[in-house]
Amino acid sequence: MSIVIKNLSYRYSEIGNPAYALQNISLTIEEGSFFGIIGHTGSGKTTLVQHLNGLIPSEAGCITVDGHDLSDKNERKIVRSLVGMVFQYPEYQLFAETVYEDIAFGPKNMKLSDEEIHSRVLHAMELVGLEPDRFREKSPFELSGGEKRRAALAGVLAMRPKYLVLDEPMAGLDPQGRKEILAILERLRSEDGCTILMISHSMEDIARHATQLLVLDHGTIAYLDTPQAVFSHAEELFRLGLSVPQMTVLAMLLRQKGYDVPSVSSDETPLLDWIKRRLSQAIPFCIDAILERKY
Amino acid sequence: MLVYVAMVFFVKRIPVFALPLAFLILALLLSKIPVSYILKSLKPIRLLLIFMFVLNLFFTRGERVLLDLDFWKLTWEAVVQSVFITIRIVLLVTGASMLTLTTSPIALTDGIERLLTPLKVFHFPAHELAMMMTIALRFIPTLIEESDKIMKAQLSRGADLESGNLFARIKSMIPILIPLFVSSFRKADELATAMESRCYHGGEGRTRLHSLRFGREDLFACILTSAFFAATLVLFIVF
Repeated sequence: MSIVIKNLSYRYSEIGNPAYALQNISLTIEEGSFFGIIGHTGSGKTTLVQHLNGLIPSEAGCITVDGHDLSDKNERKIVRSLVGMVFQYPEYQLFAETVYEDIAFGPKNMKLSDEEIHSRVLHAMELVGLEPDRFREKSPFELSGGEKRRAALAGVLAMRPKYLVLDEPMAGLDPQGRKEILAILERLRSEDGCTILMISHSMEDIARHATQLLVLDHGTIAYLDTPQAVFSHAEELFRLGLSVPQMTVLAMLLRQKGYDVPSVSSDETPLLDWIKRRLSQAIPFCIDAILERKY
Repeated sequence: MLVYVAMVFFVKRIPVFALPLAFLILALLLSKIPVSYILKSLKPIRLLLIFMFVLNLFFTRGERVLLDLDFWKLTWEAVVQSVFITIRIVLLVTGASMLTLTTSPIALTDGIERLLTPLKVFHFPAHELAMMMTIALRFIPTLIEESDKIMKAQLSRGADLESGNLFARIKSMIPILIPLFVSSFRKADELATAMESRCYHGGEGRTRLHSLRFGREDLFACILTSAFFAATLVLFIVF
């Protein structure tokens, strides 16, 4: 089972400006993958993911999620329970009097039984690291920024989506908060087999976590491959206004200087080991040199 | 320009439409706005116009039939009445869109501020009112964008906004309205801080980047408007 997109095109306005937000996109997102999406501002990332649960009705082309066609209005409801969507700054969607009620909003709309809702809410709170006893009766508006973000995330997770779509989930968080969100996503993928689709501007996070990487440029697919393969096109990525992970840049620079460094893929340990080995060889030599000059 | 609005409003009481129509056409020619723009502004109220026309037709006739008068004459009056109403609305709307097409909102609020300034003697907050209008106008698109975003977020959490009776629908708006209010308050707060940190402290002693000047064109417009206004008034009294 997978999400299949065929020949998807979209324009925001039909009159005047005929620029395409998306143009002839075809791709398949396999179940269980961690699908990263990068692209410059205005490249169509958000437009693309908002198609995935029918928030934007497709203009041309077709999308099926596990065989459910999104152009069918009745199927759209089923798809919305399959595909969970976490927007940019999701904390702005919090509305209920207590954290518990807010997280229960999604499951309630799915018309589940009360016990099922209760267990789902508690499980979701635990998943995102909000202790139920401490937070359930609090107002969402008295939480800190990071806690709000996690409460909003729990509100989507409580619906147990099979596919979780996140639009820059780490924007505006500190390094600790970013790490926590990424850990939650990894846990979801490994434990619940949840498929993750993430838009991000952090090349490091994408390199470390994604199994598939889509690069969008002006509404078209620039690259669709594994992160390692995509990041080997460093020059083109820079030209698209993007970047590559810092470690890849480091390896590139070293290679330009004529050093034979191991290649950096999702794992940077070979490069780090190489640097460590070189340093341990170099440092005694340096110390000797310094000592010699001193005396 | 503000006298112009006043005139359009006064004009609607007058059954002789030739003068305001001439005024409008003259203004249209002077402003060099393409006619298609003006026609476009009438598009959204097409249905309203037709509805008003038909309603007046029926309403006027029904009244007279009860009195059992000459049938042909009745319909004639009803038609006249309907045409009057329709032209009235068209003139009002085109006049209003002429104003917004020729004058930027900022110039408009500046003008209002200037006109209200004499009222400051009675402690009327003219500057504050104008500033509030400017800010309100500025935030309309922001609010639309914001509500669109929140609506999408709640929709993907399975919110049902379309079905159910009136009460259920109002209730289903809560998850959208509350975040909207919260973000509006936050934005208002941020805006106030931003304004204060740029040393805003009300209208007292504030100078303008673009000060409004009463030029020759404005004098000309005033005289022209007054003339048309006087003429319509005379016609109104005579007939």
